[in-house]
Amino acid sequence: MATEKRNKEEEEVKTDDGSPKIKPRPIVQLGIFLVAHSPVFSVVFSAAGVLALLILPLLAKNTYISENALMPGSARSMLSNRDVSDGSKLVKDIKNYRLNHEGQGVEVQKLVGKYMSEMVAEVYYQKFHPEGNQFHPLHFFSGPDSYTLLDNVSCASYGVNVAGIIRAPRGDGKESIVLVTPYDFINGGDYEALSLGITSTLFSLLARVTWLSKDIIWLVADSRYGDYRPVAAWLSEYHSPSFKVSDLLKCGERNTADNFRRAGTVAAALVLKVDGRSERFEDTLSIYAEASNGQMPNLDLINVVNYLAVHRQGFYVKVEKVVSLLSSSWLKIIGEIFEAVGKLAHTLNPDWNFGIPVADYLEGSATLASSLYSQALGIPTGPHGAFRDNQVDAITLKVSPRFPPDSKTRQHDFFLRGARLLEGTIRSVNNLLEKFHQSFFLYLLTSPSKFISVGVYMIAFALLVAPLPMVAASLYIEGCKALTKSTDNPTENLKSWKWLDAAKQVFALHLFGFIVTLLPYFICQVPGQHSPSNRSIMWGTTSSSLLLITFAAIPGCSPFTSRHHGTHWAVLKSVTISAAFIGLCLMSIINFATAEIGALLLVPTCLMAQPIKPALRSRRIKSMLGAFCSMVLLTIGFPVMFFAISKGLFGEGLVGLSLGGEFWTWLESLWAWKSATYLYIGMVHLPCWLLCLCILFHPS
Amino acid sequence: MACLVRSWIPLLFLQSFLVAIAFGSNEGEEFSEELLLKPLPDRKVLAHFHFENRAPPSNSHGRNHHLFPKAISQLVQKFRVKEMELSFTQGRWNHEHWGGFDPLSSMNAKPVGVELWAVFDVPQSQVDISWKNLTHALSGLFCASINFLESSTSYAAPTWGFGTNSDKLRYGSLPREAVCTENLTPWLKLLPCRDKDGISALMNRPSVYRGFYHSQRLHLSTVESGQEGLGSGIVLEQTLTVVIQPETTSVETNMQPSWSLSSLFGRKVVGSCVLAKSSNVYLQLEGRLGHESKNVDTEIEAHKLWMNSDFDLSLKPDRVIRESSSLLFIFDIDKSSDSEPFDLGLTWKLPSKWSCEQAPLHASRFLMGSGNERGAIAILLKATESQEKLSGRNLTTDGRCTIKANIFQIFPWYIKVYYHTLQIFVDQQQKTDSEVLKKINVSPSTDKVSSGMLEMMLELPCEVKSAAISIEYDKGFLHIDEYPPDANQGFDIPSALISFPSHHASLDFQEELSKSPLLSSFKEKSLVRSYTEVLLVPLTTPDFSMPYNVITITCTIFALYFGSLLNVLRRRIGEEERFLKSQAGKKRGGLKQLLSRLTAKIRGRPIEAPSSESPAAESSFLSSKLIFKIILVAGAAAAWQYFSTDK
Repeated sequence: MATEKRNKEEEEVKTDDGSPKIKPRPIVQLGIFLVAHSPVFSVVFSAAGVLALLILPLLAKNTYISENALMPGSARSMLSNRDVSDGSKLVKDIKNYRLNHEGQGVEVQKLVGKYMSEMVAEVYYQKFHPEGNQFHPLHFFSGPDSYTLLDNVSCASYGVNVAGIIRAPRGDGKESIVLVTPYDFINGGDYEALSLGITSTLFSLLARVTWLSKDIIWLVADSRYGDYRPVAAWLSEYHSPSFKVSDLLKCGERNTADNFRRAGTVAAALVLKVDGRSERFEDTLSIYAEASNGQMPNLDLINVVNYLAVHRQGFYVKVEKVVSLLSSSWLKIIGEIFEAVGKLAHTLNPDWNFGIPVADYLEGSATLASSLYSQALGIPTGPHGAFRDNQVDAITLKVSPRFPPDSKTRQHDFFLRGARLLEGTIRSVNNLLEKFHQSFFLYLLTSPSKFISVGVYMIAFALLVAPLPMVAASLYIEGCKALTKSTDNPTENLKSWKWLDAAKQVFALHLFGFIVTLLPYFICQVPGQHSPSNRSIMWGTTSSSLLLITFAAIPGCSPFTSRHHGTHWAVLKSVTISAAFIGLCLMSIINFATAEIGALLLVPTCLMAQPIKPALRSRRIKSMLGAFCSMVLLTIGFPVMFFAISKGLFGEGLVGLSLGGEFWTWLESLWAWKSATYLYIGMVHLPCWLLCLCILFHPS
Repeated sequence: MACLVRSWIPLLFLQSFLVAIAFGSNEGEEFSEELLLKPLPDRKVLAHFHFENRAPPSNSHGRNHHLFPKAISQLVQKFRVKEMELSFTQGRWNHEHWGGFDPLSSMNAKPVGVELWAVFDVPQSQVDISWKNLTHALSGLFCASINFLESSTSYAAPTWGFGTNSDKLRYGSLPREAVCTENLTPWLKLLPCRDKDGISALMNRPSVYRGFYHSQRLHLSTVESGQEGLGSGIVLEQTLTVVIQPETTSVETNMQPSWSLSSLFGRKVVGSCVLAKSSNVYLQLEGRLGHESKNVDTEIEAHKLWMNSDFDLSLKPDRVIRESSSLLFIFDIDKSSDSEPFDLGLTWKLPSKWSCEQAPLHASRFLMGSGNERGAIAILLKATESQEKLSGRNLTTDGRCTIKANIFQIFPWYIKVYYHTLQIFVDQQQKTDSEVLKKINVSPSTDKVSSGMLEMMLELPCEVKSAAISIEYDKGFLHIDEYPPDANQGFDIPSALISFPSHHASLDFQEELSKSPLLSSFKEKSLVRSYTEVLLVPLTTPDFSMPYNVITITCTIFALYFGSLLNVLRRRIGEEERFLKSQAGKKRGGLKQLLSRLTAKIRGRPIEAPSSESPAAESSFLSSKLIFKIILVAGAAAAWQYFSTDK
């Protein structure tokens, strides 16, 4: 009884402020706990995020054919020597013609067209204008339709594509498969002609087989003006023709207006290129798959090609990798650690087989880095990008033979194997009843036969950005407390509106970022010829003057204003971090790789940003170190600086004084390809970076 | 042996009896079988089988027929079908090489899959019901999924764009229907001799289905007798059109391949079907008249026609008929027998080239746009070579020469067409509707209820080089159970029909004809029409494993929602307080204490003093009980693990 009384008394003591004391929910408790210990957790999470990224090559799975209907390699090849001799004849004819007639591209096109029509294909020629990619801010995310016809087309330069269609004998003509061989009709080399030979060999076979259910289109793209543009022009004519009069049609003697032919919905496309001599003993096949904005073709397409190339035709298959990483010692050490851990785990439990040898780890990481980089850049790695823009799965196959181009005996074997590879792939795609949908669209490659799916690589990014909301919340609480202490004015003490000033500043700087993003369009409109460096200087000066205007116009925005006008830095940092978090999450939906690399840069910068003045004043080693770190991170985080560093990393040599010009050219390529990375840099990275700068020089 | 003979005799009797009936009366049912062979310019051969079965209007037979298939006559009687056509097609008709301006192509070039149209002789309100019943009956009869045409979203009622003006006409097509022998066998069953005798014996399945194009068609029409009390007669026309590539050994590419019936079909004709009134084989050679002499009176001249420097026929034709641009050799197969089978062969001696007459405009249709967004359907009409010859035929009142083209198109409801976006370009100049559009009839689709239909009559100038029509659409969303099994393939838009109402194709024979149904149907003027390609529209498809995810997520959300709702509704704060107070009086459990200690340690606060007086003894007792429980559970788990893994 006595205890009960005491308890009652205790209870009453606890609840004397009127409200009953109720324990907060566990989830709320957890939240409070995380926010309270945010510094520790942010370090832990960020480190875990980086570790998860490093561990990805270990987690890569072997690829497998997901769609059963593909059945690669199940049918015997029907290629005969007759087909190969057709291909060889075409190559020989082109070579002879080139020797006799210098610089007459039209005749070579006619020759290819003649060969196609001899194989009972429907042949047509398509003219296109080389300039298609033009930056227009309003057309950024619009589809490929935005290649508006230019009004004053000069007949001086235009390209001509040759295309042939084989109709499936018993097919219904609803679907088609496209084969593309880029070839420069005027100064294409001997190796390039080999790609025509392989495709012609295959085409000769396809003209007589009865198993086709989809029509086959062979497009010989005029690569005089780059590989991508002719294919994009052909596709835009295929999918969104203009029925109006085009000036281009008047050029040249051949009327191409009426005979453009189509063959149904494109199911898949293969781009074949032959270039250079293989450095290895075997013939090398490189697969390029990255399209614009980090879009990838269905993994099954890569799987089929890889399977047939490795297991049937004996090619050495590779994908792009960052070569400089292969020899980096720090990565090697990490690889050794992982190997040791893997071995240890294997001894503990023989079922744990996640350890891989160092060499494999290095290869995997180099490939992964390249895969991430190409996806993040958002620029297609070949003409297949044009297909992906039209929602068609496509890859580029670059074959390097191991023999010099004039070796006749080897050529026969090379044609046979190349054509068999393509035949097998086409046969698999031809088997498909439905379009590619079974396998992954979101993945990173660590080797031609290993991939990391979205579920795995998401973890690294999620861990990286996880501390941001926690830190934002804890900083906000801290800032609020500081503000209530500093001001005694009750009207300013309105609790919930303290972030408003900071939000204004953040918004102003984001607006500034938006304007800076659009500036290049107007700079391009400036009459007269300017070098890229001049343009970048123009851009730099306009941007910085705009920045000054922003600081002057909005009080409290600038880091140089007096202490009393400005907001507390903690609140500003909190809002900045929230903005960065939102920006990164949005970007991860649009282009994951960009968001990943962006998070690697932006998250530490945002987390480390602290006013430099109190740190200097305090003269404590810990705070000095913090200030130094944040300054280093901010320097690296400046887009131009990062561009220079990454160029150095990719082994392209250190850049000199022309850095501004090169940066401009790089950005120009980004917006010309409609890469979302450009928007990210302008509208998320740059404002957040500036805000961190503001925090660094905050006068608190 | 005797038994066999005994069983044969009645059969023979029966057969002679049947023959007697078939030929006995003039008024009786008539059956005729014909085969037209025609070499095509692109080294292929067209074989067109034509069977006609006529049941005259009479009351004498009642419901019984001698030759006419009972299934069809029942169909006609039951559903009051006035006219009907059903076609099964595989492959595409090549309008450029196989012709587009002759009666053969305008009647037999059909869209891929199944096409069915029917005119009924019932009151307007019952037409749809009759159509639905008819589709089911035909579906059973021909082993095909024609019953899918029953749904109101798959058929339409064309008013004038189809060529037959009737308000009781229904039209539907199934582009995805696969056509195979299972459809041919029931079709053959309608023939009195099936494929056992006569011309139809040639239909060797592998060779028929190896072809580049095959279309089996069934056309029936009723003939009104005009007399009171007399029923209507039925004409059943069955055709099979096959395009076959003869196998050649010659390497020369410009030489036409030589062939014979046995090399094309792997079989020979051994006599005609005894029930047939006439059985003829025709061979049509196009473009061979320009350099031939006009008179065929003399025997030598006639002989020259079929055995000359260009080609040889293996058999002597019974008759040779001239047409404006072609030669027609007629063979009667009655004379052939087991010992002397009819095996017509054509041997080319010299390379020869000719071209087929083409429709005034070549039509092609394609989709614009890509991905899952909006798109547009475009129909491109291009002038063909033969247009110049045809132009000047129809002059309007103000003296302009024009070509009329009808476009008839059905849109499934999930293709939401914006009819206001219709754009017409003539020779790459955009035209306003009033300039070229003479008539238009639009019936918009209703979601999940009816399909949309567009009928247009264009009036183009004769010197037109190309005309393009584009119309935008939006893609609809289907309900999850409306998707077909292979939804990721995309959805088909049925072929559009382009017809030229002012152009009629007919063969213009210079001599009077025998009573051959095939030739007389060729002589009649038929509307020039061509079907466009079937289009494949990729629609947004759900991830079909999604329902599982959706169910789990929904269940989780429901659980959370109802849990918290119940919690809020059920909870009474006052009660709870009182309960808490009374609870606080009671002793704490050992685990709780342990937990509170742990949390206190983490938070770095001093441990709250235990409230009970003798907590140690209690807690130790409780914890020992708890430990016992834990050990029990762990033991059970270990045992389970041991036993389950061991086996």
